[in-house]
Amino acid sequence: MSDRKPTHGTYAVLAVPVTMLVVFFLVPFGIMVASSFYHRVEGGFYTPAFELNSWRRLFTEVFIERAVFSIGISLLAGAVCIAVAFPFTFFLTRMKRRPHVALLVVVMSALSLSEVIVGFTWSVLLGRAAGISNILVWLGVMDEARAYQPGFVAVLLGLCYIAFPYCVLTLYPSLSRLDREVTEAAQTMGASPWRTFWTVVVPISRPIIVAGFLLVFVFTLGSYLISAILGRPEHWTLSVFISDQASFNANVPFAAAMAIFLTVLSLAVVGVVTVVESRTRRLT
Amino acid sequence: MQERGGLRLQELVKRFGDLEAVAGVDLELPPGRLISFLGPSGCGKTTLLRMIAGLEQPTAGRVFLDGEDVTDRPPHSRDIGMVFQTLALFPHLSVSGNIGYGMKIRGVAQAEIRRRVDELLKMVSLEGTADRRVSQLSGGQRQRVATARALALEPRLFLLDEPLSALDANLREQLQVELRLLQQKLGITTIMVTHDQREAMTMSDLVVVMQAGRVEQVGLPLEVYRRPATAFVARFIGSTNLLETTGAGDGRVRLRDRDLAVPGADRSDGGLVLVSVRPEDARLHVGLGAVPNAIPGTVVFVRDLGELFECYVDCELREHVVVAGSPRERVPVDQGDAVQVEFPPDACVVVRA
Amino acid sequence: MRALKWTTTGLTLVFLVAPLLVIAIVSVNENRYMDFPPQGLSFEWYWALWTDLGWRSAILTSLTVASLGALVAVAIATPLAYVLRAYRIRLSPLLYALGILPFMLPPVISALGAQVFWNAADHAGRIENVIIAHGIFFSTLPLITISLAMETMDPALPEAAQTLGANPRTTFRTITLPLLVPSMITGYAAAFVLSLNEYIIAFLVAGFSVQTLPIKIFNGIRYGFTPTIASVAVVFIVIAATVFSLFAVFGNLLRFLGADPAILERNDA
Repeated sequence: MSDRKPTHGTYAVLAVPVTMLVVFFLVPFGIMVASSFYHRVEGGFYTPAFELNSWRRLFTEVFIERAVFSIGISLLAGAVCIAVAFPFTFFLTRMKRRPHVALLVVVMSALSLSEVIVGFTWSVLLGRAAGISNILVWLGVMDEARAYQPGFVAVLLGLCYIAFPYCVLTLYPSLSRLDREVTEAAQTMGASPWRTFWTVVVPISRPIIVAGFLLVFVFTLGSYLISAILGRPEHWTLSVFISDQASFNANVPFAAAMAIFLTVLSLAVVGVVTVVESRTRRLT
Repeated sequence: MQERGGLRLQELVKRFGDLEAVAGVDLELPPGRLISFLGPSGCGKTTLLRMIAGLEQPTAGRVFLDGEDVTDRPPHSRDIGMVFQTLALFPHLSVSGNIGYGMKIRGVAQAEIRRRVDELLKMVSLEGTADRRVSQLSGGQRQRVATARALALEPRLFLLDEPLSALDANLREQLQVELRLLQQKLGITTIMVTHDQREAMTMSDLVVVMQAGRVEQVGLPLEVYRRPATAFVARFIGSTNLLETTGAGDGRVRLRDRDLAVPGADRSDGGLVLVSVRPEDARLHVGLGAVPNAIPGTVVFVRDLGELFECYVDCELREHVVVAGSPRERVPVDQGDAVQVEFPPDACVVVRA
Repeated sequence: MRALKWTTTGLTLVFLVAPLLVIAIVSVNENRYMDFPPQGLSFEWYWALWTDLGWRSAILTSLTVASLGALVAVAIATPLAYVLRAYRIRLSPLLYALGILPFMLPPVISALGAQVFWNAADHAGRIENVIIAHGIFFSTLPLITISLAMETMDPALPEAAQTLGANPRTTFRTITLPLLVPSMITGYAAAFVLSLNEYIIAFLVAGFSVQTLPIKIFNGIRYGFTPTIASVAVVFIVIAATVFSLFAVFGNLLRFLGADPAILERNDA
C-alpha cells in the first residue's frame, strides 16, 4: 500500500495540513526566534531590532537558578514517579479482574482531572484550613494546623500526581505482556519473588522504564499550573517564569529567548537518551 | 469452458531494490483452466500474480490479456476477481455488502444486487447469511464469501493468493474440492498461488513450478510428478531419490560400479547425470541374486506407517535411498539386512540440476 | 514481596483518591470559607454553576473552543496520517515529525509563539486564535491514533476494493475512511478533553478577553475563592469516572490501553 506513487492530487491533499502546520506553528516559532533579538520597550512593547540583550540574560544568576531548579525538579519527579509507578503497574497487571479494572478506572479518572483542578485540590489538602494537618489535629496527632503549601514538596507532589497516570499507561502494555514463563523460570532456579523482580523483571523492562522516565521529565518540564498554584516564586518552573515574563513583566524578547532555550533542552534530552538507549540495547 | 482470460506473460521482471523477485518469466496460459503457481515462499509466485492483477508494476516485460496489452492498466479496470491470502473481507460491511460491493459502486439497482447476491450465496452454499457481519462467520464461511465476492461481476480472470492457507487441514481439503468443482462448473480462467504441492496436484489443470523468480517447469500435474525436469521439481513435488551417476553412453549410466539402464541419458564422457527415482517405484530385493538395474545396500531403518511402509537403505551414496510402497508389497526386511535396490528403467528420469 | 505489593498499591490508592475525596467534601460545605471538619451540607455551589453568569459563560466558551479546536485537530491530522501511510512520500519522516512536534514541546513554547504571531498579525485577543492554537497543538493526538489505525489496517483491503472495480478515490471513500472513523473519534475525544483543561495557551493567546473554564478557575484560586470551583472539579471527576466505568463494562478497556487480551483469563485462573 505504501508503494503507491503520489499523484498531483495527493500533494494537493497533503498541502492543506502541512500549510496549516507551517503557518500556525513554524511561522509563529520563527517569529518567536526573531523576537528574541528585538528591542524591549518599557510598557510591554517590542520593536524589531537585532540585539543580544535578551540572550545575555540567559547567563544571569536569575535565569540559571530557574533553569537548574526546573530541570532538577523534573528529574526528581521522573525518578519518584517511576519508582512508584513501576511496582504499582507490575502488581496491577497480575491482579484478578475486579480489582484490576477498578484500579484502572481510578487511574484513568485521576488522569482526566485537569491540571488546574489537581493544583487546586492539593492546595486544599496541604493548606491550613481543610487539609491533612487539620485531620491530624482532629485525630490528636498534631497540636496546630500547618500549611504545607506553597512549598517545594507541594509542587513535587502535584507534579507526580499529574504525571503518574501517564506513567502507568506507558508501562502498562509491556508489563501486561511480560512473559510469565520468564519469571517462573527464574523461580524454578531458586530465586525468591523479590530477587526475581530485581534481577529479571526490572532489567527486561529497562527500555520501557527509560521511556516512562523521559515522559515524566518532558511532561513536568512543560507544566505551568502546578508550579504556579503550589509554589512560591522560588519554586516556579521555567514555564511559569517564561509566561510571567511574557505577560506580567511584558518582556517578550527575554521570554522568547528562554523559550528557545527550553525547546533546545527538551529536544536534546530526548535525543540523547534515545541514542544512548539504542546504543546500549545493541550492545546487550 | 470459457474462452476469455487467455494470458500472455512476456519476459516479466520485478525488482525491489536489489532483490529480483521475478527474474524473467515468459508464459502463455490457456483460458478456461485452473492454473497453479507452485513453489516455496520467496519464489516470486505471489509477485507474479500481483503483476497479473495490476497491483504491482513490472520492472520490465508486458502482460497481455486476451491479446490486449494491459500492463499499464490499473487493477480496477482489468476485469479480474481476486481472493487474497488474508481474505480482505470488508469488516464494516455485511456479507451481502461485501459481495455486492462491486455492483454497488457501478450503480447497479438495489433489487438486482440483492438478487445476484442471493444467487452467489447459493452457489457457495451460504444461503441465508446475507445480513450477517463478517466477524460472525467461521473461517470456512469467510473463505466462501471471499470467493463469491470475487466472482460477483463474472470477471475474465479469477486470481487466488494462497486462499486456503489460514484454514486447518480438514477444512482445507474440503474447500479444495469445492473450489475446483466451482471452477469447472463456471469454466472461468483461474490462477492460484500455493506452496502446498498436494493442493496444486488436487486442483490444477496446469502446474507452473517456480523457484527463485524463475519457472522451473510447466505441465499437467501428473506429468510434472512423473517426469520432473529439474532436481528442484523432483524434490519439491513428492519426495525422490536423486542419484548422482556418471554418464556411460546412450541410455546408460554408472553408479557404484554398476551399469544402469536409464532412458534419456546421453552423456558418454563420464560427466554427472542426475537421475530421479521416486521411492514408490524403487524395489527391494533380498539376497544376492542377480538383479538388473540394482545396487547393493544395508537396511538402516524401516517405517511401517500402516497405509504404507518406508525403508531407508544405506547404499554408500550421499543420502540414504528410500524405498516405499503399500503393505501388500512389503518385502520382509529388518534393520541390518543386506538388500539390493532396483531402479526400473522406466521409472528413472534424467533431471537438470 | 507481599508487603511491597500491599504498601505500593495501598499508598498509591490513597495518593490518587485523597484529593478527590477532599474536593467532594469541600464542594458540599455550607460555609463560603473552607474549613475542616465541614460545617454543614449544602448544594448551593453546584446550583451556582448553573445560575452564575460568569461560570455559565466560561463553561460555554470552553465547550466552544474544545469542540471547534478538536475539529481543527482532526481536520489537520486525517489527511496527513492517511497520505503519509498510503503513499510513498519522500519527506515523510520529516512531515510526521512536524506533526508531532507541537505536542512534544512544553506548551508554553507553543503559547508564546502563538501570542507573538497573532500580535504581529494585528489580530490579538480573539477566540478564533485560541481555537486554531488548540487545533494545531492537539493535532498530534488524532495524528497518532489515525496513523496507528492505518498501520494496523490490512493492506489487502484497499487492494481488494480495487480488484472489484473501485478507483483510488472511491476506495478511500467507501473502504478506508469508514474504517478510520473510530480512530478519528478517539483522536477528537482526546483533543476535546485536553482542550477543555488547557490553560497556558488559552491564557497567553487571548487570556484577557476570552475566559475559558481553566482560566476562570485559576483566577479564582489566585484572587478569591468560592467553593463553586470545587463543584466544577467534582462534576469533572464524576463524568470521567462514569465514562471510564461504562467503557470498562461495555467496551474493552484493557485492550484499549494496550494490554495483552488474554491477561484477565490468566490472572483469574
